[in-house]
Amino acid sequence: MTPGQNQPPEKQTPAHGGPPLMKPSPGEEPGPGLVTWYGGIHRQRDLRLKGSALLGPGLAWLLIFLAIPCSGLVILSFARRGDFGDIHWIWNLDNYKRLLGYGLFGWTPDHLIILGRSLLVGLVSTLICILLAYPLTFYIATRPPKTRNWLLLLLVVPFWTNVVVRTYGWLLVLSPQLPPARIAAFFGFIETGAPLFPGSFATYLGLVSTFLPFMALPLYSSLERLDWELLEAARDLYASRWQVFTQAILPQTRPGLTVGVIVTFIPAMAMFVVTDLLGGARYMLIGNLIQNQFSTSRDWPFGAALCLALMALTMIGLMLYRRWGDPRDKNEKSGGAAP
Amino acid sequence: MAQVQKNFGSHKALKGVDLEVREGEFFTLLGPSGCGKTTLLRIIAGLELPDSGHVFLGGRDITRLPAAKRQVNTVFQSYALFPHLNTFENVAFGLKARQTENSEVRRRVGEKLEMMSLGGLERRYPHQLSGGQKQRVALARALVNEPDILLLDEPMSALDAHLRAQVQEELRRLQRELKQTFILVTHDQDEAMVVSDRLAVMRDGLVEQVGEPREVYSKPRNQFVAEFLGAANIIAARRDGGRVMTSLGSFDLSAAPQWDEGRLAIRPERILLGQAPAGDPNWIQAKVSEAIYRGQSLDVWLAPAQGPADDYRLRVRTQSKEPLRPGDQVSLFFPPEDLVALDHA
Repeated sequence: MTPGQNQPPEKQTPAHGGPPLMKPSPGEEPGPGLVTWYGGIHRQRDLRLKGSALLGPGLAWLLIFLAIPCSGLVILSFARRGDFGDIHWIWNLDNYKRLLGYGLFGWTPDHLIILGRSLLVGLVSTLICILLAYPLTFYIATRPPKTRNWLLLLLVVPFWTNVVVRTYGWLLVLSPQLPPARIAAFFGFIETGAPLFPGSFATYLGLVSTFLPFMALPLYSSLERLDWELLEAARDLYASRWQVFTQAILPQTRPGLTVGVIVTFIPAMAMFVVTDLLGGARYMLIGNLIQNQFSTSRDWPFGAALCLALMALTMIGLMLYRRWGDPRDKNEKSGGAAP
Repeated sequence: MAQVQKNFGSHKALKGVDLEVREGEFFTLLGPSGCGKTTLLRIIAGLELPDSGHVFLGGRDITRLPAAKRQVNTVFQSYALFPHLNTFENVAFGLKARQTENSEVRRRVGEKLEMMSLGGLERRYPHQLSGGQKQRVALARALVNEPDILLLDEPMSALDAHLRAQVQEELRRLQRELKQTFILVTHDQDEAMVVSDRLAVMRDGLVEQVGEPREVYSKPRNQFVAEFLGAANIIAARRDGGRVMTSLGSFDLSAAPQWDEGRLAIRPERILLGQAPAGDPNWIQAKVSEAIYRGQSLDVWLAPAQGPADDYRLRVRTQSKEPLRPGDQVSLFFPPEDLVALDHA
């Protein structure tokens, strides 16, 4: 068949080939009520005055709680610790040298190992959270609406308890007298009468249980709106289970997954309470190190340098994630909004 | 010969359906929403399992075969194009999932895109395509796999009326050229008439009648089929010897009814207007109550001289060039071969 021949010209999308630059949707346009109340923005002057009035609170918040403290950290990181934990404003790079391992007694990789280990712990716990969250949220999203709300509530309940309290709870659960440790001892993973902590198992258990809701909730919001017909189309076109996941589920849930990764990875990198209690000495992470500098060691300048290193590391991690993300992400998002 | 048979009970969506679709024909499942036609289509596609019964494809039982292993492809109602893949990648999806060689993929996808007049749109993403283009991509994506059966789930419902009429004719032409088996699901009886070789009218999970469009239209089995496929005048009747008595008068039928008491149907365009003395068989007198000029025809609502109720109206569609006005007296002829005795169901 030659459908093009005697057909009326179909509506063409913009010639530049990209997604439409502006896509007004009913929800985006301010209603006439808002315009009447706030006044329209028609001139450059309106934009400057009324626009900045709207932006003001947000900008002020960022300035006071983010920009100023961070600049403080940057300045502090170039200072020197006094003998009694006070701060000497002598500009130097010692803190960064120390961070890279150059100390009084020559070079040691200790700090770099801690940084690397933090990165690894952050990545692994994020990965475990993803692996657990997909089946979990898939299960919840396919229940009837009423059951769904109950299950979501169960997922959120741990949030109501402080993380320190929850972590002490784990200490109790993993103690030698209770079944988990006994079973582990029976199979020879640990000595009889020993608790299941400290160690990597306990650390990941604590971290994953803390961050799973952070991963699951944004993922759920994506999965809830899943277009099931796409899954069926993939099955209809001979896709294997794995292909159905990568071609039909993953692209649709990527927005939720991205949010989940960000809100899991960043705090997991900096977590110190859980690792402190469940990780033991072997599991010194950058979070613990920073905490030490600001409390016991009273070395604020070095602590500041460590903070900046952590921020840099987190940024690198997120940039890698973006790189991994499909370069056609933008196409996808505007595509999802099309009717 | 592709034989598709099905019987299954228990689930209310389909209460035991037997159907046979022949190889290379354009078959349509027609019915109102909720009649089970889409469920039936999904069972053929392998997206749903029947509670009981079997599906055969070319003599092989494929009831439990997963969708991914069936040589059956579907054009979904909303097209279900992958939003993150462009036109080429969408069409190539099935071939790639089956690990077809790259050069072969390019050749076959190119061929189908050409056939669907989609050349030049390979790099476009679904949201950059118009409704008609999306539909052609969905068709190409299914056809490129050379399925034994192509399933179409109300593919025209998202198009505007003008485009729809065109696509229907093109779809029919396409099917004639490819000589592949197409099964279409629709609730639009015009669409079913235009495209199908044969059609099945469904209601409440049951098949009411199967046949060629002409046959089903002119010889509807029961009142539901008669009224679902276009307009029909329904008249209660009683058999009286060789004739049929109704409150309008007595009629001769070319095919005598099986019942003693039941209903007759006649299409509005089959009733003829003319002048004849009252009392002749199959002629009745009536008065025009409303006349609607529709361009290609004149629709007339008539009040018969004697009828079952005062407000009973007969619907007649005529090509008559003479204007008819409310109150005009006319005679109507009911051709014996066009009066159909309906089954009770």
